[in-house]
Amino acid sequence: MTAVPVAAKPIGVHWNPRRYLGGMWRHPIARAILKATLTIWVTTTITFFLIRLMPGSPVELKIDELIQSSNGAISYEDARAIASSLFAIDLSAPLHEQYLSFMWSLIHLDIGKSFLSSGTSVTSIILAVLPWTLFSVGTGLLLSFIVGIALGLLAAYRRNSLLDRVISTAGSVVSSVPNYLVAIMLILFLGVQARIINFTAMRGAYSPGLQPGLYPAFVGDIFFHAAMPITIYFLTQIGQWILSMRSATLSALEEDYVTAARARGLTDGRIRTAYVGRNAVLPLVTQLAISVGFIVGGAAIIEQIFAYQGVGLRLLDAVRQRDYPVIQGIVLLTTISVVVANLAADLVYSKLDPRIGRAGGAAG
Amino acid sequence: MTSAILAAPTLGQRLSGPWFATVEFLRLLSRRPVGLVGFFGIVFFLLLAFVAPIFVPFQNDPSLVDIYLTPSLAHPLGTDFQGKDVLNQIVYGGRDILTVAIIAALLSTLIAITFGSIAAVIGGRLDTAVVAVTDITLTIPKLILLIAIAAILRPTSFVFLAVILALLQWSSLLRQVRAQVLSLKERDYVEAARSLDLGLFHIVFREILPTMRSYIVIHFILSMTEAMYAQVGIILLGLVPISGSNWGIMLYFAQGQGALFYRDSLWYILSPILAISLVQLSLASFASALEDIFNPRLRGS
Repeated sequence: MTAVPVAAKPIGVHWNPRRYLGGMWRHPIARAILKATLTIWVTTTITFFLIRLMPGSPVELKIDELIQSSNGAISYEDARAIASSLFAIDLSAPLHEQYLSFMWSLIHLDIGKSFLSSGTSVTSIILAVLPWTLFSVGTGLLLSFIVGIALGLLAAYRRNSLLDRVISTAGSVVSSVPNYLVAIMLILFLGVQARIINFTAMRGAYSPGLQPGLYPAFVGDIFFHAAMPITIYFLTQIGQWILSMRSATLSALEEDYVTAARARGLTDGRIRTAYVGRNAVLPLVTQLAISVGFIVGGAAIIEQIFAYQGVGLRLLDAVRQRDYPVIQGIVLLTTISVVVANLAADLVYSKLDPRIGRAGGAAG
Repeated sequence: MTSAILAAPTLGQRLSGPWFATVEFLRLLSRRPVGLVGFFGIVFFLLLAFVAPIFVPFQNDPSLVDIYLTPSLAHPLGTDFQGKDVLNQIVYGGRDILTVAIIAALLSTLIAITFGSIAAVIGGRLDTAVVAVTDITLTIPKLILLIAIAAILRPTSFVFLAVILALLQWSSLLRQVRAQVLSLKERDYVEAARSLDLGLFHIVFREILPTMRSYIVIHFILSMTEAMYAQVGIILLGLVPISGSNWGIMLYFAQGQGALFYRDSLWYILSPILAISLVQLSLASFASALEDIFNPRLRGS
């Protein structure tokens, strides 16, 4: 008789939600996804409060503007209704309901409509420009990452040689000059003083008149128009990769497993790639994700300078025209794309480093 | 404090008198020519921005006959689109930019140190919360958010701008401070202070943070460069109401007036670019020399 309750409730199988959730929380992939969701939520909330609650908020400004432009023909209620539909916020509802419905429409990727081109949804505006920014930023970043890592590895292996000094110094110089200043200087010297490059022909994301598609002439044209932004992202990011890779390699070289590998008589080439290179590159993967956010932000100025039709340029146009739904939409969608990039980096990182992939891996 | 002797001595602790420390520091710095140049660069630009305006008379009268002059004896860097002397604007244009950078760096360092070290020492839920907030701020594309904030709030004062910048850029430093404190708090001298029940404030600010001095200084400098980058960026985009004149505003006007495409105005547009770039370069190379000096593991060879 006494054995029955024990058999009915075996200790090990008992489902303890707290323990289970705790284990999930410790799992790095679950953590990464949770972090990504939280980040997007926080950004949307900040945006909502900026748009809705600040004194002289865009919504109030729009209502005033509507009343004034109609010389009083529109009543306050009507103006508020128009603003409501433009922002996709029900202004007559209590604040917490406004916030909830704002979040609800966000989940459905409905971020309101543009003030200026009426009827166009913000989502479609952004989707038209986002690929160009992702393409130019992605290409520039990837190129700088690959070349930078190769140069950093080279510099670390030739430590304190002339080559190392040249590479490291050049790396720290190009990484500390702001990218928009490099862009202006390129125009100044190559375009205006020496007249080597015709920058006006490179404006836009592709030449007008060309039909977008996957044929050689169009692909070539895309690269021609993106050449300057890509060059800038490449030049201004490469220094960071050189310096980080150099110092990561130097500290990896001091590790015991390298000495052990040497003692086991492995070839230098194998030690360099499989032992030192692989371990030194790992932390840089996370850094890669962080710099995606940095460059996407910096792209606003670069795109403005080269008149490249990406998200940044569209954002600045919206800022100038006070097209708040578009501003809000771009802030949200760039954050989401950056967060997704970070998430991808986290997943790749846990694949590359088997220690991280297991639950309860190194924290922080 | 006997416990300090037990800890791995940093440069500042090994030397008693502040003068001796300064001499030792300069001696180490003089072995790193790039860092030395950076140090003198910083001193030069601080003097240029804060002391030189006292001695150089301010010239603000537009002169329509002197537009876009090439460099000459009267105007060593030429003139701008209104015929104003460019060198004079460079002398007067550094103060605001550097002040904003310094205030932003001070505030963000303060936020990072306070919350980073307290989170690390207390641990538990507070730590989890601080780490979560930090991770989130770290991923948000800052310049995009800054552009949106600047467009909506329209910062009119430079102090306000500095506060916004500081609120956007404390996260990376906080993460590193926390990691450092986490390893430092296991040291014997911190353990000793804890067993003496000296209190959280004492442990954080008197025991742990002093050993991180050099580290904090380096990050203060780096966060100045970050603040300069963002600040000049949004000035260049015309998102800050234009008042007075600084290097960023010079560049904004030079671009807006089409001076970029006018061949004779090379020095007009190049001067603010060089000023900003050289400040950034000086700060970066000085910071990397400091890292070299204070990190004994890298020193050696």
